[in-house]
Amino acid sequence: MKILTGNDLATGDVIWWTGSGWSRHVEESADVGEKGDEIAQTEAAARRVNGPYIIDASRDEAGIRPAHIKDRIRALGPTVRLDLSLKPADPTVGTWVI
Amino acid sequence: MYRYDHYDQAIVDARVDEFRDQTARRLAGQMTEDQFKPLRLKNGLYLQLHAYMLRIAIPYGTLNSRQLRMLGHIARTYDRGYGHFTTRQNIQYHWIKLQDAPDILAELATVEMHAIQTSGESIRNISADQYAGAAADEICDPRPWAELIRQATTFHPEFSYLPRKFKIALIASPTDRAALRWHDLALRIVRNEAGEEGFEVFAGGGMGRTPFIAYPIRAFCPADQIFSYIQAVLRVWNSHARRDNIHKQRMKILVHDLGHEEFTRQVEEAFAHILTLGTDFPRAEYERIAAYFAPPPFETGLPDEIDRADPDFALWVDRQTAPHKAPGYAIVNISLKRVGGIGGDITAEQMEAVADLAERYSFDDIRVTHGQNLVLPHVRKQDLYAVWQALDAAGLADVNLDLVTDIIACPGLDYCSLANARSIPIAQKIAQRFADIDRQLELGELKIKISGCINACGHHHAGHIGILGVDRKGTENYQLLLGGSGAEDTSLGKITGPGFDEDGIVDAVEKTTDVYLRERQDGERFLDTYRRIGVEPFKEAIYG
Repeated sequence: MKILTGNDLATGDVIWWTGSGWSRHVEESADVGEKGDEIAQTEAAARRVNGPYIIDASRDEAGIRPAHIKDRIRALGPTVRLDLSLKPADPTVGTWVI
Repeated sequence: MYRYDHYDQAIVDARVDEFRDQTARRLAGQMTEDQFKPLRLKNGLYLQLHAYMLRIAIPYGTLNSRQLRMLGHIARTYDRGYGHFTTRQNIQYHWIKLQDAPDILAELATVEMHAIQTSGESIRNISADQYAGAAADEICDPRPWAELIRQATTFHPEFSYLPRKFKIALIASPTDRAALRWHDLALRIVRNEAGEEGFEVFAGGGMGRTPFIAYPIRAFCPADQIFSYIQAVLRVWNSHARRDNIHKQRMKILVHDLGHEEFTRQVEEAFAHILTLGTDFPRAEYERIAAYFAPPPFETGLPDEIDRADPDFALWVDRQTAPHKAPGYAIVNISLKRVGGIGGDITAEQMEAVADLAERYSFDDIRVTHGQNLVLPHVRKQDLYAVWQALDAAGLADVNLDLVTDIIACPGLDYCSLANARSIPIAQKIAQRFADIDRQLELGELKIKISGCINACGHHHAGHIGILGVDRKGTENYQLLLGGSGAEDTSLGKITGPGFDEDGIVDAVEKTTDVYLRERQDGERFLDTYRRIGVEPFKEAIYG
């Protein structure tokens, strides 16, 4: 699947396109199919996202997982500071990245 | 240390106002990101993996306690409670909001700090010996010259749109603690036969994709002509530089392509012309700046003896302190390399603890090292025990300066949008493998440097053991280099062979140290043994 990501303009937070808006949680991403560029252009022009780009991802029982480690780290947070990640209470979450 | 005058303060305050307006216009949609990006970069604001990253300049690595407390305040108020000291003696914060950036810069301006020229195609923060003004082996304090060069080049129109970034380092000791010859322009203050101070000049160094060690281009430039000489170097580069190809824009490429003899000839030709223009620093201006760096009022008659009854304290003294030029004083190195921690990271509370110690025990003076540690440069030996106890209470009394766990590592793929692989977890695993202090001391001086991409912010080319993280088909892979140095015996590390995964690179480092322990002769450091026996015994152990 193809998903769309970028950063919030004002806060810099990593955000993911849900189909109707933006979320900080990758598991809420929508498959943008062939419409990624069009959505990215519209949303960037409206200042709802900064630097949007399309990535490959897969969906399984655990949710949506970006194909590249860089985007998995973006989705979670630094692997060396899991206390600052989006799932600080989950000690196993680091394995999801690697 | 240098203090802002009316002009400095007005310039920095105006810059804050300008950036506040630029940020407001970006947030209001009056500028696109393409228009805004070069403006934010000129104020040290990057967009990284998780948020904006703000890099703040610490000129020649010198801070006072008021400034360090402000850095702690910024960490606590605008970031997530910590900051990260970099290999250019700067600090950066990785969780900054764009909407907060103008306020942060305004707060910094109240303590005479800024983020100007910490990014972009400019002359970056000038780095210097962290022991400046304290080192027993220096011939003078190099920082007045660094400050003069900083003032003369900041916002200079000829240097505002350079082909690429430009890095200067400056020392005044035979011992190189600043990775001197890994800079575009490297200046070492020396004395000629007449006893006059001047500069030995090296040019064309740099790491990154194409590493070069700076070539010596002038054995002695009179001190009062150094700005003419710097202008000549920059002008020759600016005239020739390949602005069409990002991989050929750094000055090191030009020096290499022209040949350093031809580069030097052209610099000398430009120098002869610029000298006639009278743009050098007047002696009175040097003396005005130098007055800010006058030695603090060292006490005389202090004891040199240290009570070493506490073995942990004695160990710390032996490893973490260095000789001071004033009798009865010592230089204290504060490790930011706790095993299990993140090298260069420091919490707001630790910043405040160090600021308190500097104020009480070190004439309000703190230094940042390119090795991502801190220094209290002027501590009475009779105060060392109290300082050690306070550092211990703050979690800052680790013993590992220049040992195997004192690892330089860039932020890597955990934070950096340019990185291909993570650096910090590799540093942590190596540090855990070698955590035992007796083992570290047995290995002696051993500098490991790790970069998460070819840009080499972690100085892997200059590591006795260097590690470069690469992306191999979407998987992190780590190459091992041996034999580099960033000290006065500068050398370029060589790749040993095929790369490793995360655990494999730690094993490879351990096998490398095993060869050293087996082969070393009396008094040899790791690097000495490597240079004597060559790479083959190491390759055999690693890949055999």
